[in-house]
Amino acid sequence: MMKFFIIFSFFLSLYAFTEESECGDYLSENLLIKGKCESVNIDASDKASLQRGAKLYMNYCFGCHSLKYVRYNRISKDLSIPQDLFEKNLIFGNQKMGDLMTNGMNPSDAKDWFGIAPPDLTLQTSLKGPDWLYTYLISFYIDETRPLGVNNKVYENVSMPNILVNLQGNQHTVCKDIPEIAENGGQKQDPLTGNIITYQECGFLEVEEGSGELSSESFNSSMQDLTNFLSYVSDPIKLEREYMGKFVILYLLIFTVLAYLLYREFKKDIH
Amino acid sequence: MLLKVLDWFDARFPVRDTWERHLSKYPAPIGQNFWYLAGVLLIVVLFIQLISGIWLLMNYEPTSEGAFASIQYIMRDVEFGWIIRYMHTTGSSMFFLLIYLHMFRGLLYGSYQKPRELVWILGWLTYIILVAEGFTGYVLPWGQMSFWAAQVIFSLIGAIPFFGEDLLTWIRGDYLISGITLGRLFAFHVVLLPLALIAVVFVHVIALHEVGSNNPEGIDVKQHVDRDGVPRDTVPFFPYDVVKDLFAIGIFLIVFCAIMFFFPDGGGYLIEYINYEPANNLKTPDHIVPAWYYTPYYAMLRAITFPIGPLTAKFLGLVVMGGAMVIIAFVPWLDKSPVKSIRYKGVYSKIALGGLVVSFFILGYLGMVPPNPLRTLLAQIFTALYFIYFILMPFYTKYEKCKQVPDRIEV
Repeated sequence: MMKFFIIFSFFLSLYAFTEESECGDYLSENLLIKGKCESVNIDASDKASLQRGAKLYMNYCFGCHSLKYVRYNRISKDLSIPQDLFEKNLIFGNQKMGDLMTNGMNPSDAKDWFGIAPPDLTLQTSLKGPDWLYTYLISFYIDETRPLGVNNKVYENVSMPNILVNLQGNQHTVCKDIPEIAENGGQKQDPLTGNIITYQECGFLEVEEGSGELSSESFNSSMQDLTNFLSYVSDPIKLEREYMGKFVILYLLIFTVLAYLLYREFKKDIH
Repeated sequence: MLLKVLDWFDARFPVRDTWERHLSKYPAPIGQNFWYLAGVLLIVVLFIQLISGIWLLMNYEPTSEGAFASIQYIMRDVEFGWIIRYMHTTGSSMFFLLIYLHMFRGLLYGSYQKPRELVWILGWLTYIILVAEGFTGYVLPWGQMSFWAAQVIFSLIGAIPFFGEDLLTWIRGDYLISGITLGRLFAFHVVLLPLALIAVVFVHVIALHEVGSNNPEGIDVKQHVDRDGVPRDTVPFFPYDVVKDLFAIGIFLIVFCAIMFFFPDGGGYLIEYINYEPANNLKTPDHIVPAWYYTPYYAMLRAITFPIGPLTAKFLGLVVMGGAMVIIAFVPWLDKSPVKSIRYKGVYSKIALGGLVVSFFILGYLGMVPPNPLRTLLAQIFTALYFIYFILMPFYTKYEKCKQVPDRIEV
C-alpha cells in the first residue's frame, strides 16, 4: 500500500501546483475574479464550428497572422471543405492547395507599422490555451490614450488594432454596482429598507448597443468558433489520436490480461 | 538442421553459454517486488527511445533556422510522425521517472553494497549520461524554453572562476547560444551519448549478472546452493522472471500509451507550453524552468544565494548541484551498515531515507515555481537535508541497532 501511496503522491506533486492561465486585468460579472479567463468549449468534432472559424480566420486574421506550418489541403480535408470551394473562397493569392499557409506580409515592414511583427498563430492555443485566446478576442476596448485608440484587458497595451470592431461594436470599460454576497450565499439586504446592499467595482466591459454588426451573443459565439478553429490548427491530429488510442489501449489490456494469467500460472511453481 | 546451425555458431561464439548465463538459467532471487521492475522497464524505454529517435532523425533538421519548423513538419506532414515524436517525448520523461525509481530501489534495499559496488557505479554513470542526453535533447526542438534553458545551463560554465568565460565560448562555439551550439548538442544527442549509454548499460547488466541480483530482504542467496551449485532461493530467469516482466511491461505500456495518445503534453510537464514558441534570443521568458526531472537540482542551484570569498554564488550553486549528483556515486562506501535492506536497518536509516525522499520532492516543486525569499529559504533547508542523508550516512549506519537478517528468503 505504502508504495502506491508514494507513487500517487509523486504524480500529485506534479499536478497539484499547476498554475492557472492568467488573463491580465480581465473581469467578468459572473466570476468577479480579476485575471480569470472565460472558459470556452473546444470541440474538434464540430465541423460546422470549425468551418465558420476558418472563414473568420481567413477573412479577418490571415492578412497579418500566417499559419506557416499548416497546408491548405490539410484544412480542406480535415474540415470537409471541398477543394474547389476552398480554393475559390479561402485562398486569396496565387498559392496552391499543397502550399504552407504563409502570407505576404514582410516582417520588417510589419515591425515598422505595429512595433512588433504579428506572430504566426499555428501553435497559439497550445502556447496560451484556448481560454486565454477566447478571452483575449472578446476584451478589446476603446482607450484614447493608446496610439490605435484601443487596448485589451487580457494583454495590456497590445500592439494589435481591433480588427473585429465592426463585428463587435464599440466596447468600453464601465463600473457596476455589485450586490454583496452574504455568508449564506444569498445577497445582502439592508435590514431597514430591504434594499440590496451593493458595492462599486470597475473594469467591466460593455458594448454600446447597436454599434456592431453582430449581437453580443453571436459575436461571442463567433469568437468561440475562431478559438475552436485555432485549437484544431494547433493540434490537428487530436481526434485521430484519441480514436486510435482507444484501440491501442484495448489491445494492450488484452495482452496484459493474458500476460497476467501466464504469470499467475508460473507463480504457482515457486514455493 | 537448426541444431547443426547452432553447433556451427557455438564452435565459433559462446551462443548457448551466453544465452544460459544471462537469460535461460540466470538465477533470479525469489521475492523480488514491484521496485525490481524498473530495471527491465528501463531497457524497454531505452529501445523505445532508440527506435523513435532514429525515425525522428530522418526528418529533423539541426539548424537554428529549420529545427522548429522541422518538428512541426514531423508532427503534421510525416505519416505517423506525431506518434514517433510523442513516443520520444513521453519516453524521455518515463526514462527519468523509472531511473529515479530504480535508484531509490537501490538505496532502499542496499543494492549497492559489497559485492555490487561496481554495478552501482555503472548505474550512476548511466544516470549521468542520461542527464546529459536529456539536456541535449531538450534543446533540439529550438523552442523558447529549449533556447533559454540552454542559456541558463551553459552560463553555469561561465561561472567557473578564472577561465570560465573562455571555456564557455569554446564549448558553446559562439558568443551566444546559436545554430553552432545546436549542431554540437545534436551530434552529442544522436551519436556520442546514445553510444555511451548503450555501452554502459551493457556493462551494467554484465556486471550485475556476475555478482547476481539483490532482493528486498538483502539476503545473500549464494550462501545456500543446491547440488548443481544453483542458489536455492532463486528461480531461472526464463520463464519465471520473463512472464513477470511481460506482465509489468503490459501495465507500463498501458500507462505509456494513455499518456501518448490522450495527454501527450502532460499538462505542460512533458512538453512545456512555452516551447510552442520558436526560440527568440531577444525575448526572455518570464520564468525559466527546466524539465521536471531536473527541477530538484535546479532548486539546489538557485538555493545558493550567497558568495563565499572570491567564489560567486552562481559558481557555488554549480558546485552544490554537481555535488548532489556526484555524491550518489559514493554511497557504497558511505554505508557502513552490516545489513543491506531497509527492512533490517535501524530507525536512523529509515528517517534519513525518508528525509531524502521528502527533500527530493519538495526541491522538485521549488525548482518549478518562481523563487521568493520563503521558497529560497526552504530550498536551502531541503538542500541541506538532501546532503545530510549522504554525509551522515557513515555515522548513522554504524551506530544504529539493526535487526537480525534471516538465513533464507520466505515467500
